[in-house]
Amino acid sequence: MRASGMQARRLRTVIAAGAIAALTIGAAGCAESDRDGGGKGKAATGGTFIFAGAGDPKNFDPIFNDDGESFRPIRQMYDTLITHKTGTAELEGGLAESWSNDPTGKIWTFKLRQGVKFHDGTALDAAAVCANFDRWYNMKGEAAQSQMIYYTDIFGGFAGSPDAVYDNCKAPDASTAVVTMKKYKGAFPGAFTLTAFSIASPTAMKKYGADTVTQNGDSFSYSAFANEHPTGTGAFTFGGWNKATGEITLNKNPDYWGDKAKVDKTIIKIIKDENTRKQELRAGTVQAIDFPAPADRKALAGEGYKVLDRPAFNILYLGINQKNPKLKDLRVRQAIAYALNRAQLVQTKGPGGSAVADEFLPNSVLGYAPDVQKYEYNVDRAKQLLAEAGATGLTLNFYYPTEVSRPYMPNPQEIFTVLANDLQAAGIKVNGVPRPWNGGFKDDVQQFGKQDLHILGWTGDYNDPGNFVGTFFGRAKTEFGDASMTEMFTAIGKADATVDPAAKKAAFEQVNRDLAAKWLPAVPIWHAPPALVTTKNVEGLVPSPLTAEKFNTVSLTK
Amino acid sequence: MVRVILRRLIQLVVTLIALMTLVFFWLRRLPGGPVDALLGERATPQTRELLTRALGYDQPIWVQYGRFLKNVVTGDFGNSIRTGEPVMDVISRSFPATIELAIAAIIIAIGLGIPLGYLAARHRGRLLDNATIIVTLIGISIPIFFLGYLLKDWLTQDIHFFPPSGRITTGLNNTDVTGFFVLDGLLTRELDASADALWHLVLPAFTLATIPLAIIIRITRASVLDVLDEDYIRTADAKGLRNATIRKRHVLRNALLPVVTTIGLQTGALLAGAVLTEKVYNWGGLGTLITDSISGSRDYPVLQALILLAAVVYIVVNLLVDLSYAIIDPRVRVQ
Repeated sequence: MRASGMQARRLRTVIAAGAIAALTIGAAGCAESDRDGGGKGKAATGGTFIFAGAGDPKNFDPIFNDDGESFRPIRQMYDTLITHKTGTAELEGGLAESWSNDPTGKIWTFKLRQGVKFHDGTALDAAAVCANFDRWYNMKGEAAQSQMIYYTDIFGGFAGSPDAVYDNCKAPDASTAVVTMKKYKGAFPGAFTLTAFSIASPTAMKKYGADTVTQNGDSFSYSAFANEHPTGTGAFTFGGWNKATGEITLNKNPDYWGDKAKVDKTIIKIIKDENTRKQELRAGTVQAIDFPAPADRKALAGEGYKVLDRPAFNILYLGINQKNPKLKDLRVRQAIAYALNRAQLVQTKGPGGSAVADEFLPNSVLGYAPDVQKYEYNVDRAKQLLAEAGATGLTLNFYYPTEVSRPYMPNPQEIFTVLANDLQAAGIKVNGVPRPWNGGFKDDVQQFGKQDLHILGWTGDYNDPGNFVGTFFGRAKTEFGDASMTEMFTAIGKADATVDPAAKKAAFEQVNRDLAAKWLPAVPIWHAPPALVTTKNVEGLVPSPLTAEKFNTVSLTK
Repeated sequence: MVRVILRRLIQLVVTLIALMTLVFFWLRRLPGGPVDALLGERATPQTRELLTRALGYDQPIWVQYGRFLKNVVTGDFGNSIRTGEPVMDVISRSFPATIELAIAAIIIAIGLGIPLGYLAARHRGRLLDNATIIVTLIGISIPIFFLGYLLKDWLTQDIHFFPPSGRITTGLNNTDVTGFFVLDGLLTRELDASADALWHLVLPAFTLATIPLAIIIRITRASVLDVLDEDYIRTADAKGLRNATIRKRHVLRNALLPVVTTIGLQTGALLAGAVLTEKVYNWGGLGTLITDSISGSRDYPVLQALILLAAVVYIVVNLLVDLSYAIIDPRVRVQ
């Protein structure tokens, strides 16, 4: 393949040079091309690692982002106080070597790493950490605030808001930052790992006007800090974003405090079409792609590419809307659960490594209970329960999204078809209602609650049960039409407010048992590990359950 | 002539105002919206409210429309909802990519189409003619999307001849002067980048050219056949004029009129075709921008500007076509 590649290359150069000669006099013969650019590593270190991303990032100021495509480059340039052990969801020190909290869970003390420098040469110290917390809390203007999605979610609100969780940050010495909250929040310490809460250089933020998010008509514009001068402490520095070619260039940071990058440069090449990403991988023009189609995984592995499964940190569920009086009856919801042959669905439609889910969080998360009630496939039981509830001849509107592929739901249409067939077999008539993801599905399901059933899911942000069950069932949501399930909201709220880790674990285990046996607001379907695929010469790329891979461990062999 | 141009300009303005109004209200009637698209799955209801207010979507629709009209009149199309960049920056970056692709496609379509159509007509009923008819029929019938994937699979995956996508090899430095990569390389003497960009252009341009090429061949063929049957050709022949003179002066010149009309119409079709071709080849031009702005983020400001731009291009191209009639056929000038 290499030999024919060389020939093709030579031929291409000749043809291309000839064509140019036709366009300009004197240009012929000069087009000796080295089109490999820096793309191929010749040794175990150095070279350029090219990763194909699936979409444009928004900007590179961590706090104004909440999506994976923005976080991928941000993660290479910044660090968080707490991070995850490589390849797991377990917490370990990041910029903070260690952390602790007081018994009320409101005061968090971070012992910072010594000798860490931002890319602009300024030192990371406790004052810099506090400057970041204070910046978020005191952010002015609705335009800026509306873009701080994770901050609003975790910290409740901004200065002056009664819901605000943050109180203050003190720096008793250069290496100690003490963050005080107004109230205990179960999301911590897990939420300190969120990429949105990466620590940025206060000097650079000031110099490049980081907080100036301005509104112009229908939209916003971000600062030079967010677009051209992102400055963190990470293993890579910002090399530029060529929007015409869709390339984000990241250069090795030779002064990185941790494991220095093995490659000289990383380029994140934006290729939105899934099929094209695969073709670029096969052509050798990129060395890694994200989210291959489940159907391609086997073929790519067979061709010698490395398919790296991320440990599943997500959930796909069948939501049940109790706004429909028939679905208020627990027996009907249980009948739906028994009617679904989830084991077969996993086998036929699940990406490699998928597993049937019995509860709404993966087993690596605190509070996972091994002994919840399981709903094994049983059509007779389903029919019997429907009869007992007087719900025979039930007809349900089943909403599913189109024009979308999510890590937990690679092909919604196929999943819907299988589930709908199962339900029909148990005597439940199903009206399928396909809706475009951003063009009706989310609105109809989450805002208007038009559906009886729907499929949706979630990838966890950090290692905390509240991030899963709390997000879905911690409060009344239109999605499930379950406003009256106060017992469930209270139990989750209580578990979330428990400071002691052992007690919190026990409380969430009980929540999970009750969710399965007593409340059943939805049926968990599967945990599906999203994959990465790399060429053979890529070493050291460790898949992260949180899709939070860092590229400093990557090296390229010949 | 001046009156023709003036009338067309007035038509242009009226069309644009109508289109702007239509687009503005149509976009806002679509289910989902920028707020939804920007928030993803994690936002709280408070954030949704905040964002709705920050974007001004809590105001009555006519207030929003007034603001939009005011901005457009002052040449401000706002910022992209997705990236926050001024819309004109986003468009002026994507525009050269599409134009470069469209120019290459039209060069292929005209460069091959007119000679092939002419040759087919001259060899009416013979092998070359029959082969051309079959090939053009295939060219018209195959959807661009399918052909693009087919060509790509064959030429980039099976025999590794062309690069699969993009405008230039990843990591290869090129200095951006005009946004036309092939031209930029020549201007800055980065011939390597220019050759690379040209090489990336071949397959998408050919894909995009297929339909106009097939149509131009067929129209040219039919038109040349018509002219060949005209009395004046027989007269010219009888007068003993040289074959070459007849071909150039009489046949081609007279046959070209419908071909030029077709080229004009096909230019509009090229822009539509670019949407599909760019998707297949990850081209990063206006076509990609349109699809991204609709399906991804409901990027109203970008969409509004793009649709207006497409209309302007279409109307201006058609104006140029009409003017070129006058050059080819003096009778049009009199009318």
